[in-house]
Amino acid sequence: MGEARDGVKVKRVVFVTVGTTCFDALVKVADCQEVKDELYRRGYTDLLIQMGRGSYLPAKSTGDDGSLAVDYFTFSLSIADHLRSASLVISHAGSGSIFETLQLGKPLIVVVNEDLMDNHQSELAEELAERKHLYCSRPLTLHQTIASMDLNSLVPYTPGDATPVAKLINRFLGFPEES
Amino acid sequence: MEKNTSCFFSNSSPNLVITCFVAFITIILVRFLYVIYRTGKPLNKRTPQQTLSTLIVLGSGGHTAEMINLLLVLQKDRFTPRFYIAAATDNMSLQKARMFENSLADSGVKGISAEFMQIYRSREVGQSYVTSVWTTLVATAHALWLMIKIRPQVVLCNGPGTCIPLCVIAFIFKVVGIRWSSIFYVESIARVKRLSLSGLLLYKLQIADQFFVQWPQLQRKYPRAHYVGCLM
Repeated sequence: MGEARDGVKVKRVVFVTVGTTCFDALVKVADCQEVKDELYRRGYTDLLIQMGRGSYLPAKSTGDDGSLAVDYFTFSLSIADHLRSASLVISHAGSGSIFETLQLGKPLIVVVNEDLMDNHQSELAEELAERKHLYCSRPLTLHQTIASMDLNSLVPYTPGDATPVAKLINRFLGFPEES
Repeated sequence: MEKNTSCFFSNSSPNLVITCFVAFITIILVRFLYVIYRTGKPLNKRTPQQTLSTLIVLGSGGHTAEMINLLLVLQKDRFTPRFYIAAATDNMSLQKARMFENSLADSGVKGISAEFMQIYRSREVGQSYVTSVWTTLVATAHALWLMIKIRPQVVLCNGPGTCIPLCVIAFIFKVVGIRWSSIFYVESIARVKRLSLSGLLLYKLQIADQFFVQWPQLQRKYPRAHYVGCLM
């Protein structure tokens, strides 16, 4: 964090993603001055927002005036590259986004969409937050989470394994056990 | 004598119909009970070279990613040919499945056989339950059409509503003897404390042969489920 030798700032990108959903509340709050100031204060330089099917358009900024550089796009077939180059990920509570981020070992704040009916997504976010793999937040409390987060306290997530299921399926179907 | 004969004819046709009907119902009932009895019981041993046609139900959001994660560890030469079905309004899932199958071909796997199909959705997210009755009927008819073409031996699903008509039809195929299949349901990793509606239906109706959950809280609540830990 901070200046490199030639005075060129090291880029620290915050990547915001809403997956395939419409989650204007997150896009709006990520674009609000409070949150942007907080991110800048904590040493981030760029904010990239993947806004999905939402209708709210963030304000682009080059960040030349000593603030966060802001950019956005709607979709891409794979956000893996954006995740890889991010220093912090702020994501909706979709399991795909969550696990893709955790498997890359990136610090993650999950923001639960309170407008969703029957919000089962929050179960997963809260469970993983309890296990200290990520921070869980709501749109209105995002700036507080950013201000108070200690990314070093996050516990790395050990990726899961589908082989137990495959073994059970094969056994059920009568296939012989593999060595 | 003739009077008796004519009485016999006028009485026998409805009797014959009723007898046939009762016999038919009895056969169906016996088959139904047999299928219920055999559901969940492992199949007989088979050689490793045997193949099983496999129906894979995809869904928007994390469902397809989770399914592909499972397919990575399943033997492609056993679970073949593979039929992928996704809802008509789900644009990404079949694309992701095609990419997955292409990557198999690229990595040298031989004899790949995969087909990709779309199905009408029973219910869109947020659709009213009243209009859902009609769309579910349409979806079921479409599902029947697809299932008659595919007649899979293995069904893999992990939560999207599209799997319900398909699994029910697979069950019916077992009852009427069209095709015996093994139905595997993996509840989504996003379900920690409560089952999804699809999961609840398949669990309660005991349609799935094996029901997998990824969190211990669900295994405690639904003891017939197998707890397999997180797959992702």
